[in-house]
Amino acid sequence: MAHGPATLADGWGKYISRWVFTTNHKDIGTLYLWFSFAMFIMGGAFAMIIRAELFQPGMQLIKPEFFNQMTTMHGLVMVFGAIMPAFVGLANWLIPMMIGAPDMALPRMNNLSFWILPFAFAILTSTLFMEGGGPNFGWTFYAPLSTTYAPDTVNYFIFGVHIMGASSIMGSINIIATVMNMRAPGMTYMKMPLFVWTWVITAFLLVAVMPVLAGAVTMMLMDINFGTSFFDAAGGGDPVLFQHIFWFFGHPEVYIIILPAFGVVSQIIPTFSRKPLFGYSSMVYATAAIAFLSFVVWAHHMFTVGMPIAGELYFMYATMLIAVPTGVKVFNWITTMYRGSLTFETPMLFSIAFVILFTFGGFTGMMLSIAAADMQYHDTYFVVAHFHYVMVAGAVFSGTAAVYYWLPKWCGRMYDETMGKVQFWIAFIGFNITFMPQHFLGLAGMPRRYADYGLQFADWNMVSSIGAFMYGGAQILFLFNVIRTIGWGKPTDDPKVWEGAEGLEWTLPTPAPYHTFATPPKIK
Amino acid sequence: MSARPNNRSLLVKLTGLAVAMFMFAIFVLPPLYDLFCEITGIGGKTDGAYTAVAVEVDTSREIEVQFVATNNATMPWDFYPIEERVIVHPGESREVAFYAQNRTGQDMVAQAIPNVLPNNAADYFHKTECFCFNNQPLAAGESAELALVFIIDPDLPVSVNTVTLSYTMFDITDRAIAQVSQVQ
Repeated sequence: MAHGPATLADGWGKYISRWVFTTNHKDIGTLYLWFSFAMFIMGGAFAMIIRAELFQPGMQLIKPEFFNQMTTMHGLVMVFGAIMPAFVGLANWLIPMMIGAPDMALPRMNNLSFWILPFAFAILTSTLFMEGGGPNFGWTFYAPLSTTYAPDTVNYFIFGVHIMGASSIMGSINIIATVMNMRAPGMTYMKMPLFVWTWVITAFLLVAVMPVLAGAVTMMLMDINFGTSFFDAAGGGDPVLFQHIFWFFGHPEVYIIILPAFGVVSQIIPTFSRKPLFGYSSMVYATAAIAFLSFVVWAHHMFTVGMPIAGELYFMYATMLIAVPTGVKVFNWITTMYRGSLTFETPMLFSIAFVILFTFGGFTGMMLSIAAADMQYHDTYFVVAHFHYVMVAGAVFSGTAAVYYWLPKWCGRMYDETMGKVQFWIAFIGFNITFMPQHFLGLAGMPRRYADYGLQFADWNMVSSIGAFMYGGAQILFLFNVIRTIGWGKPTDDPKVWEGAEGLEWTLPTPAPYHTFATPPKIK
Repeated sequence: MSARPNNRSLLVKLTGLAVAMFMFAIFVLPPLYDLFCEITGIGGKTDGAYTAVAVEVDTSREIEVQFVATNNATMPWDFYPIEERVIVHPGESREVAFYAQNRTGQDMVAQAIPNVLPNNAADYFHKTECFCFNNQPLAAGESAELALVFIIDPDLPVSVNTVTLSYTMFDITDRAIAQVSQVQ
């Protein structure tokens, strides 16, 4: 029998060594989740600065140069620091428990893939304190803003992106190897929980496109420091090429973020509907279809660069096609709930809000996919509202749901249901107050990424800022509730935790022991 | 565990995929993009120096060719076409000139990048001689007339009656040491 983990009782040295040298999937999952939450708070603080500055027209608190750094860092930290590591953390915790494996397939690489991440973000955020400031060219870092006109610290940014890319690739290879080689006997592919399915498809997307991002920043590095002209028109290059390469990475990236969220919701909704997931195999095929389509639609982010009409039409129709498999998923979730024996615990509330708000964000995406209409919407707050509906109400809501859903399993203590529900309603209302008015602002013509705006946009901006502060407050409550649960929550030892929960992880004791499935379970 | 060797080979394959995608991004996508633009004429990129072939001048068509000169970003030169528009027949060779003056107190090197609109005219706009084939060094205060000789191909699509040729002048003084010339 394997020994347990070092605790604080063994002294600080051993306790710290445990976390630094751990190869245990649960420890690494925990590290990922805490790291992502720290990044979420930091990225959220940047967002609060942005919304505080935009509370009223005119320059109030910060300089426009710093505002640009805030929008850029908010995007980078939230995408690469908060959302992606959060889902990698969930994958680490849950995939081995869901497929009956004792651990991840490549545990030492797992340790490395986590521990390089804090360094990547230390490098990235340190630029804020340097002369010239941090990256200020938007999270999409279009050339030549990020090359010819970038602050000198851009090289730190490039190095940081390289490291976080390496981390994601290693994490993905690990997940693919685990799912392919470590499934318990009888756990066929079509018996895997949907969370595992969505993650394995996501992992393939990551292995395919993170190197493209690394390539894009490497070309930037060479343009800046070594005199090449990939993106410099003066030397025969083309800045539009940068956009193509970036979005060839960037569009699959948005599905990298949302597919694991689909997986989480597909686990939670059946539990609280007390019915099996409707249309399991169609969910799997829809996920694969979305992943495939994500590679062939990238230029819908750049309808205004001056594409020929044939290109506009192709990217428009191909983009609209994605609504079909996504629609399959949404209808499957609704059908799962239909005539189910529903209860509305906090994870279920977040999941239902996910379905509603993600669908809303999907519809605004359909509006943006219309090339002709996009000429008006492009780079306005309408786009900002759209992608926050899918990123925040999509990825972040489902991540929150996942934490509430599995936290009792992880630590053997129940969270405070009332506090969870209060958090949900503050988050739900605050979120909509923040981002719903941004649709109106965008349609009225307010461009994104500016530190100031015309007086006609004042009212909705103030409303939006108030909502943002509400939403930010809900996250503090979330943090408090999680810490309270881990330390002082009501103990539970019910293996299932939730009445309707199905799956291998719920056959394990609660709290989940440090080592699980040392002997593989038999799947009938 | 029997899965070990499997893990190793999977690790190698997936790492190989990641490396291949990195190579694809750096070494395949940029040339592919240039090739795509060249074949389709998207982006208005014109071909390099053209060797004139004897063709019959199509006097039945008159094509208006407009010239636009732009300074990129902080480029401080005076730069404009001496004639803003000319009327030519397809197949006819025509010489025009652009005026450039470096009014600064420093010697500078510039590079002009051409672009043709509409896109489907780019392949039919031939330059037998162009200042954009080389970079343009101008000493402090120096001025020059930059020559361009072009021929509109008689195969120019009939829907095109006006062709706009624009040049953007880039300051490449910093990199002139590296001798980036022969762009177009």
